[in-house]
Amino acid sequence: MSYTFNFDPVLRNFNLLLQGLGLGLAMAVAAILVGAFIGFFLAFGTLSKHRLLSAFCRGFVAVFRNLPLLLLVFFVYFALPQWRIRLDGYLCFIIALSVYAAAGLAEVFRGGLLAMSIGLRPLQIKFYIVLPVLLRSVLPSLGNSFISLFKDTSIAAAIAVHDLTFYARKINTESFRVIETWMVVSLLYIGTTMVIAFALRLLEARVRASLGVRR
Amino acid sequence: MNFTALFSELQLVWPRLLMGVGTTLLVSGLAVLFGSVLGFLLGLANHFGKAVTRVLSWVYLDVVRGTPVLVLILATYYILPITGLALSARDAGLVALTIFCSAHVAEVIRGGLMSVPPGQDEAAKSIGLNWPQRLAYVILPQAIRQALPAWINAAVEIVKASTLLSVIGAAELMLTIQQTVSRNYMNAEFYLVAAILYLAINLGISAIGKRIEKATAF
Repeated sequence: MSYTFNFDPVLRNFNLLLQGLGLGLAMAVAAILVGAFIGFFLAFGTLSKHRLLSAFCRGFVAVFRNLPLLLLVFFVYFALPQWRIRLDGYLCFIIALSVYAAAGLAEVFRGGLLAMSIGLRPLQIKFYIVLPVLLRSVLPSLGNSFISLFKDTSIAAAIAVHDLTFYARKINTESFRVIETWMVVSLLYIGTTMVIAFALRLLEARVRASLGVRR
Repeated sequence: MNFTALFSELQLVWPRLLMGVGTTLLVSGLAVLFGSVLGFLLGLANHFGKAVTRVLSWVYLDVVRGTPVLVLILATYYILPITGLALSARDAGLVALTIFCSAHVAEVIRGGLMSVPPGQDEAAKSIGLNWPQRLAYVILPQAIRQALPAWINAAVEIVKASTLLSVIGAAELMLTIQQTVSRNYMNAEFYLVAAILYLAINLGISAIGKRIEKATAF
């Protein structure tokens, strides 16, 4: 096999790729913020003594953890217009990813709450005392969730949101530099996830140090 | 939502939906099977291997786990033909899902192996078992039981990831649904049907997993 590498068509569009990467990161940040907010209440809901509330929350988590993200995205993007709800592609994707994230994060928070083994107290106490402790204890899982969500933003390309994968396919079809395109794009994803992972490890260390916790 | 129209449509398209479900199950099942074998070996190599093996397995795991599944699928689909391997969309997708699954299973197996206390291995050594015996009778039975829930979860993830094969045009359930919808414009109705089918598959896998866990518990 003789193949001459030519990275020119890919590198010429490098700023587009970076734009796509930025959009992916922004969507992941939005989704983890909204998802963590909903997931926090869901986690309390699943542990609630109210049977109906806890059944609803557990059902929500089971359903959205077992549905493929692509299906949620298509539902928001293609089915909601049937009820006259028309949204931009990237907004649709953020909604779908947030719901998906909420279900996953509810499980993370639930695990953290069970590990703290607290009884259920009034909401205000939860917010000021439980939440900070909980956030610290689930920080590593939260970080992993964020990395997963960032990788999942590639699915936005399926509804033509201009993210990194979208531009990759565009360059791919325009230039036919197949190997080069996917090599550069994979490296961008891998590099970004590694940087995020490294930053999170630093953050965890700082949080631990600020609490004076020794490990 | 128009349910009467949905039922008359369903009578028309159910054989195709069933074929879609079949393809989804076939591709996911094979990917989990091959991926588990590959991932099992990778996990062992990563845990027990010499320095070079460990570094190589780390690079493989980091590269695969750092890349989104969709990129893995697209890259496999477009790059394989250049290397002379012209596979159908379904088979290229199967290759990509197998690679994805292997990295996940390797991580799961590695976690399981790490959860076995070193005392177990030392005790087995002290009663004179050699390495294959220690692995087969002492370490793996414990490690695999520990890894089982995460492994079942990986299988669910593969079924979810198989929807992405629709992007390269493999006629699994998701693409079948998209084709149906593009003909009859019943978006909400048929995506709901898809949701029910995927839920049934994934909750089924979880239920079977729970039974296996119970049956193999100490």
